[in-house]
Amino acid sequence: MDSATTVPAQGSWVQEKIFLGMTLKEYLKSLWTPFNIVAAAILAVGLPLIVYRFYAGLGATTNLSQTQPWGLWIGFDMMTGIALAAGGFTIGATVEIFGLEDYHPIERPAILTGFLGYVIAIVGLCADLGKPWNMVGIFSNNGTQSVLFEVAWCVCCYTSVLALEFAVPFFEWLGWQRFYRPLKKILLALTVLSVMFSTMHQSALGSLFIIAPGKLHPLWYSESMFFFFFLSAVIAGISMVIVESAISHKVFASQFEGHHFDADELTLGLGKAGAVVMFAYFFLKLQGVIDNHAIEYIGRGFYGKWWLVEMLGFVLLPSVMYAWAARNRRARVVRVAGVIAVTGIILNRVNISMVAYNWTQPVRYVPSWMEIMVSLALVTVGILAFRWIVNRMPVLHELDQGSPAGH
Amino acid sequence: MKLGRRTFLQMGAAGTAALTVTPVTAKAFGREEVPGEGERAVLVDTTVCVGCRGCEAACAEANGLPDPVADAEAYATRRPTGPNSFTVVNQVEKPSGESRYVKRQCMHCVEPACASACPVRAIDKEPTGPVAYHGDRCMGCRYCMVACPWSMPKYQYSKAIPLVRKCTFCATRQAEGKKPACVSVCPSGALNFGLRGELVEEARRRVYGNEGKYTQHIYGEQEAGGTNWMYITDIPFEELGFEVKVNDNSYPKLVKGALGVPPVVMTLWPPLLMGMYAFSHRKDKNGKKGAGEGGHHG
Repeated sequence: MDSATTVPAQGSWVQEKIFLGMTLKEYLKSLWTPFNIVAAAILAVGLPLIVYRFYAGLGATTNLSQTQPWGLWIGFDMMTGIALAAGGFTIGATVEIFGLEDYHPIERPAILTGFLGYVIAIVGLCADLGKPWNMVGIFSNNGTQSVLFEVAWCVCCYTSVLALEFAVPFFEWLGWQRFYRPLKKILLALTVLSVMFSTMHQSALGSLFIIAPGKLHPLWYSESMFFFFFLSAVIAGISMVIVESAISHKVFASQFEGHHFDADELTLGLGKAGAVVMFAYFFLKLQGVIDNHAIEYIGRGFYGKWWLVEMLGFVLLPSVMYAWAARNRRARVVRVAGVIAVTGIILNRVNISMVAYNWTQPVRYVPSWMEIMVSLALVTVGILAFRWIVNRMPVLHELDQGSPAGH
Repeated sequence: MKLGRRTFLQMGAAGTAALTVTPVTAKAFGREEVPGEGERAVLVDTTVCVGCRGCEAACAEANGLPDPVADAEAYATRRPTGPNSFTVVNQVEKPSGESRYVKRQCMHCVEPACASACPVRAIDKEPTGPVAYHGDRCMGCRYCMVACPWSMPKYQYSKAIPLVRKCTFCATRQAEGKKPACVSVCPSGALNFGLRGELVEEARRRVYGNEGKYTQHIYGEQEAGGTNWMYITDIPFEELGFEVKVNDNSYPKLVKGALGVPPVVMTLWPPLLMGMYAFSHRKDKNGKKGAGEGGHHG
């Protein structure tokens, strides 16, 4: 649909910035695509359900129960959404701190994904909370013994940092140099903060389950869960960037004209990094199982086999694929491995928060159709927002103002 | 009566002294032999309970809950507690055909997992024993339900503005010097109310002094670091419906290691990352012209 061509100088500000240089009529016509129709249908069902949930309560909309207090909205929207948003700090650190400038072109999309991921997770969380307005108590009641207290503070702080990081392309788009110049200068400081808050936040999401040893299956439970969550978030960040840049290159091909960079080379580099981190993660997880005296559970019963599926099929396999592909210079294989790795992270978070949680309970939790629709709608909002922003703001490329070095 | 009030005051003082900062930090130094010995507790002797369910009725009345279900229905299944039934009595048949009854409710841990899990301190441990809930602070995140090893906090899923509900240990009645409603109506002597330290002694006397009569375990003495509701019985605790996989250690302590991460990260990460930045950009300064300061183009 939206084709970002050079905008005629005559158009009004709205026409130029919002309608991509088209008239309102042309613009609306351009929205009529199969993808948008499906998206609109999902939103038309999902968004009213969020309103309905506040009117009717969680019992009427979800399959949550007294023994299963957390379901899809926490397990998928929050746990998975935050993990997949890890590209923002991973690539941010790679470029700004480690100085690997080659990765510069994928920094902004990674930050945008992170920002949208967090915003969506927060919306999902609000739908899940019984009395979301009491969230302000986080700042006044000092629940410092709670892991969730740490999680809540990190969400607030890191979302603010992401907003500031995203403000750079945003103000660049508006042409407000007075704002974006100083922001650009403090980008290094923002990146340091983003790594700091992400380390704490990603690991704290794992720590949440340390207090429930009897409820989470011993193969997944470990007192080192905070470390596993952090490490797997790095994997998620790297893999998401691989997948996302592959998709972006197809969907937004026009944006890359004249901003050529070697996408395959970057993908291979990311694959190499992914292989190392995933390999370490695989063996540390194994170590965690041994520490937890849970080794006899491996392969035993449904959970023992399911754990093997996750660890062999979605950690070891993509790790080996990354390594092989990086060595043999097959960017395509890296991309396929990226998709498997991202699926693996989703699987891990869903396993910990839903499948392997309450493993001794006779009644299993299965999300209701309304829970699924709301989650689906939130993901759709994220994709639409990403596309809307990328088509307008300098995310996939920077607006060069004559200076070749970027500044 | 007078004595009762005096013990109550003494106990309050002892409790406050022992738990000056928070219940958890006070315990962390291991100053007490019996955790929470100065807190008020209940010892349930299931061998004398007759299953009259008077405690259920008294609880419903004291807390303004709907009337409990009739006996036939109540004993047909093993019932959990719920948002509208803070306590339930379940029946278990012994091989001899005799019945055992077990009253369940919030265990009122000495170091409650739920209270430590609450990010807004809507659940707080009172120094005198009860684990109290403040609905006005609650944001409904349900992490207390995840944290509780017995899943005792229950949620009003049917309400648009829900609260977490559980046994209050009749904290207000206790503050007036009265016993909890359930204890006050118990006709059989199954519910013994008193100081935790003394009740642990009493339980040990009964259990380890009569080897043939009791199962050699006091449920709640060690579970989750000690609870203020403790049980003794003459059948295996699993059969009574108790979770036997509950850790003996304090649950809040489980996350101590994980909660030690933020201070380390907050002190070490910024200098470490800035050091890495300086290291990775050191060539720019000498080599590429102009890239030194602006090595990081945003």
